Amino acid sequence: MPSAPRAPGAPHLGVALDSAGRYDADTYVRLARLAERGGLDFVTLGDSFSRPGPDALAVLARVAPATTRIGLVPTVTTTHTEPFHVQAAVATLDWVSRGRAGWQVDVSTTAAEARLFGRRPAAPAEEVWREAGEVADVAGRLWDSWDDDAEIRDESTGRFVDRDRLHHVDFEGATFRVRGPSIVPRPPQGRPVVVVDATGEHARAVAARHADVALVRADGPDGAGAVRAELRDRAADAGRDPDTLRVLAAVTVDLGNGERTHVPDLDPVHPVIAYERRGSAVVPRAGGSGAPYGGGLHYAGGPVGLADLIADWHGSGRVDGFHLTPLTPARDLERLVNGTVTLLRHRGLARTFYPGSTLREHLGLARPAGRYAGARVAGGAR
Amino acid sequence: MTGTADGSGAPRRRIHLAAHFPGVNSTTVWTDPDSGSQIDFSSFEHLARTAERGLFDFFFLAEGLRLREHKGRIHDLDVVGRPESITVLNALAAVTDRLGLAATVNATFNEPFELARRLSSLDHLSGGRAAWNVVTSSDAFTGENFRRGGYLDRADRYTRAAEFVATARELWDSWTPGGVRRPFAHSGRHFTIDGEFTLPRSPQGHPVVIQAGDSGEGREFAASAADVVFTRHGTLEAGQAFSADVKGRLAAYGRAPGDLKIMPGVTVVLGDTAADAQERAAAIRQQQVSPQNAILAAEQVWGRDLSAYDPDGPLPDVDPVVDSDLVQGRVRIGDPLAVVAKWRAVAEAKGLSLRQTVVETTARQSFVGTPEAVAAEMDAFVQADAADGFILVPHLTPGGLDDFVDRVVPLLQERGAFRTAYEGRTLRSHLGLPDPIWKS
Repeated sequence: MPSAPRAPGAPHLGVALDSAGRYDADTYVRLARLAERGGLDFVTLGDSFSRPGPDALAVLARVAPATTRIGLVPTVTTTHTEPFHVQAAVATLDWVSRGRAGWQVDVSTTAAEARLFGRRPAAPAEEVWREAGEVADVAGRLWDSWDDDAEIRDESTGRFVDRDRLHHVDFEGATFRVRGPSIVPRPPQGRPVVVVDATGEHARAVAARHADVALVRADGPDGAGAVRAELRDRAADAGRDPDTLRVLAAVTVDLGNGERTHVPDLDPVHPVIAYERRGSAVVPRAGGSGAPYGGGLHYAGGPVGLADLIADWHGSGRVDGFHLTPLTPARDLERLVNGTVTLLRHRGLARTFYPGSTLREHLGLARPAGRYAGARVAGGAR
Repeated sequence: MTGTADGSGAPRRRIHLAAHFPGVNSTTVWTDPDSGSQIDFSSFEHLARTAERGLFDFFFLAEGLRLREHKGRIHDLDVVGRPESITVLNALAAVTDRLGLAATVNATFNEPFELARRLSSLDHLSGGRAAWNVVTSSDAFTGENFRRGGYLDRADRYTRAAEFVATARELWDSWTPGGVRRPFAHSGRHFTIDGEFTLPRSPQGHPVVIQAGDSGEGREFAASAADVVFTRHGTLEAGQAFSADVKGRLAAYGRAPGDLKIMPGVTVVLGDTAADAQERAAAIRQQQVSPQNAILAAEQVWGRDLSAYDPDGPLPDVDPVVDSDLVQGRVRIGDPLAVVAKWRAVAEAKGLSLRQTVVETTARQSFVGTPEAVAAEMDAFVQADAADGFILVPHLTPGGLDDFVDRVVPLLQERGAFRTAYEGRTLRSHLGLPDPIWKS
């Protein structure tokens, strides 16, 4: 396996706002503002039809005008939703946030979720992830279906748009087709940032092809580095420049016990490695819970140890950053921002202000050109 | 202050007002120097803040699911494109405090569980200000953007919409008043679903339901299930007839006349004098009907290519094509032969060109006059039971209601015909609608 280029610069940081039992706007606005004060790249909010919680994209649209810089990445599932609606909602989140939208792609695999819709039976992960890849694909095409300069407002000819700069996408997937173009003009970022949790094999294939940000669960920097290298190779195989893919290690964090550590009672489906700080190093806790599961990392300790862990892993060049999921956001996020981020800033490993205004700029990802922009109808009026 | 309509002491009926963001019809003027972005959030924020400053009941967004086409190509003469409604409204909830937030969402190309969840989320996140304008569609043209295509028979549009609304309400009611999640099961002709909803009951219980069709089926659906009807009846007499008809249907569903608000979509043109207002109205009509739009409007009626005709010349001398597929993504002209006959009569009687005829026959300016005259006329409409209020459709984005809010609202307040402060926090409270019964 060719060694992947070392991840440059400061680590990219995203944080999950998921707060069980909260349906009001204030909870999420407060957390997002806190994360923005810490200069993090983005916040995420998970979503699923199978457990209580508000629509994640709605929540982050509500958060958008209450924040100015931080990226906003809701999960939107693709199995029981309409691809056309999904891309329009994500594009609109990009408009209302002035270029800060992302989209974490996820699927529904259970029979219980299928019965909420009554349209199609549950399908195995391989099938629904293949479809998710097609939805991500058509979303990218629909975001490109308006050229950036499609609106011309040409009074002399009475035309609001140049229709040669609008494109039918005529996408044919295995389970759906979409004619296009989108109803929404091309969003500020061109294409909002696509995030995929690349832990499962089927999701990893989608991440390599379509993700701007891939989340990986690993038990240590070597494991994360191996997945990152694999993702970059597969991205290159798919014809992509691997440097357009950011690979972030997914870490659950519990900052509830100062610099002491403990092993929490966690979901047995996702065994974790508990880490602790030993001297200046952060190492797997002796006798820690669970075996590596491709593996998931759970950090339980203080803000200083977490800063050490981030610096260690990132310093080894094995990841581009971290996606942190606080066990208790209301408590842990404050310690993360005031403790961990402050320490990282002292070490030059976290930004003190946002030099850019879009999520792509935070992630160091260029704004993509529209794929159809050169393909105007020959002889079309200009 | 409570005014009285006739000095008898009976309380004066209060007017309800809503602001419609200018859409993709030719009524939206994009050529004016004051015409701003149709897509930037700042435009939505401006109009919503203006509406809230004017103490409006709600802000209204239309929906698009496919760009319109004309002669097989994307229609390019009017505003094209828009953001997705519910997402914009969630963002507007952050920059407004009391204003109702209404999204048009199609019942044909959505499923009850997901849409009920999105509407409930908006209601939670806005503190009880969500409304849903239920529309239906059956055309295969729009269906080309969706998984199921154009699957629905035209006749089933309202049966699906009615079952959709009923199912959404079952989901909204599914948690216990104590906030405990309970399973639901619905089995009907269009939907057979079961499971658990992901949200507790929202602040309004049920988001407000708006209905916008005008057919017999549409009226019956409104009477059975809607809280607000968005109509287009422009004259006092037509409004009274419509209102009497629809409100007369309520009793059969155990509902009172006040349970359904009738709000026609209207335009307002103000001037310092009556003549000034008329002059402005004529200028706006000229802007709305560009030479190219005049040809297009005629092609929609004739159902055939008229690009060789001069908009400043006489009407086309050919017969219309009935059942033409020239135009896609718009409401069809019901009887082209009758419309052409009417246009010819108007053009002949007044000696009008094609463009002038379009200006003359498609004018839908409702209230034209001084602020005092417009306030008096609107008030008279409501006191005469021709409407419960109005959905104002400005021709300019985003400042098209600035003058109305600054100059007409205070006069309506002086007359005792409009609120001087928001009294409640929810859209239901603004509209004076009863709280929905929690069915369990």
